[in-house]
Amino acid sequence: MKKISAEVNGKKITKEVPDHTLLSVFLRDILNLTGTHVGCDTSQCGACVVHVDGKSIKSCTAFAADVNGSRITTIEGITKNGKMHPMQEAFKKLHGLQCGFCTPGMVMSAIDLLQNNKKPSDVEIREWLEGNICRCTGYQNIVAAVKEAASKM
Amino acid sequence: MKTFNYHSAKDVKEASKLSSSSSAFLAGGMTTIPSIKLGLASYRDIIDIKGIKSLSGIKVSGKSIKIGATTKHVEVANSKDVKKAIPSLAVLAEGIGDPQVRNRGTIGGSIANNDPSADYPSACIALNAVIHTNSRKIEAEKFFKGMFETSLKSGEIIEAIEFSIPEKSNYQKYPNPASRYAVVGVYVAKHKSEVNVAVTGAKSCVYNDKDLAKALSSNFSSSAVDAVRISSSGMNSDIHASGEYRANMVKVFAKKAVEAC
Repeated sequence: MKKISAEVNGKKITKEVPDHTLLSVFLRDILNLTGTHVGCDTSQCGACVVHVDGKSIKSCTAFAADVNGSRITTIEGITKNGKMHPMQEAFKKLHGLQCGFCTPGMVMSAIDLLQNNKKPSDVEIREWLEGNICRCTGYQNIVAAVKEAASKM
Repeated sequence: MKTFNYHSAKDVKEASKLSSSSSAFLAGGMTTIPSIKLGLASYRDIIDIKGIKSLSGIKVSGKSIKIGATTKHVEVANSKDVKKAIPSLAVLAEGIGDPQVRNRGTIGGSIANNDPSADYPSACIALNAVIHTNSRKIEAEKFFKGMFETSLKSGEIIEAIEFSIPEKSNYQKYPNPASRYAVVGVYVAKHKSEVNVAVTGAKSCVYNDKDLAKALSSNFSSSAVDAVRISSSGMNSDIHASGEYRANMVKVFAKKAVEAC
């Protein structure tokens, strides 16, 4: 067992978990933060993207133990006082989702893009979202939503 | 998933001491973690080396760039020093996987794994890299032994990779549309007294194509590539590309790389 201390969505937590606990399992099953989705579980689909120390990573391909001491932000942590994050607003307004399964990962990944590039082009958005797979939308509205959010953030 | 004991090593000495025949060093974990999850590998001990500060960072010194083993792909891709000294190396790092892989994956992890389709091994061969470990220095040509095989010994840890700064260089690849691993990748580097043409993705292990290197050493132009015959013998053949296709792509990319130099 390993003692994990981390700051998750602004709250300090300490939990003891088996050494091989994946970060995705830690978030969903132990902290009950089920907004982070597990799709392929092989680090391809990106539904499980969260931020660790401000950078997007795939939580299905990290151990809770190896992010010990980090600052973690999940989709639950980006709303402020019950108000949606501008990226969430844009996805809602422009129908950047259908079934919604990939959306938490898309949103977390897209927020990281805007941290690196404030005004991304369509091509840059598509290249950045290489690791996020959506099987519903055909991506057009996702790209439009990220552009809309970029103009608001 | 099979369980293991997780250790976070504070320095290289401790990491080496903790290692055994049933342990693995963990850096970004981009290959190690999926391998464990898929049951392709199991270990009694996982030794995390991410926290060892001396293993990370980029240093330029005159004729070479030394990159610490746990330096992430995103750090190489964004490094002003790398972009200035060896722009093709920054381009290579930018083309690995996806942003989340680049935020986590490391150069040392990539070469220690020696995936036949990985990008970094070709940079090591083309740029006459020296692999610094906790016990010796290994020339890239002697480091990559075969498919997923290197000359690293048990308990040996890569500390840094030192690349020679070439006069000109360029990396071209056809990425697998899903994984972004190279179906074929060709790294051409023109040094003062030689040219290297490192090929990845085409065979079971990265290699320096001696015929292309020789032709380009005497005449560094894309027309010199035309005269070289690339055999498809020993080339990988799979659902992504046939051996003949790969052989042709080696030539196409060698020409493109020379023209872009």
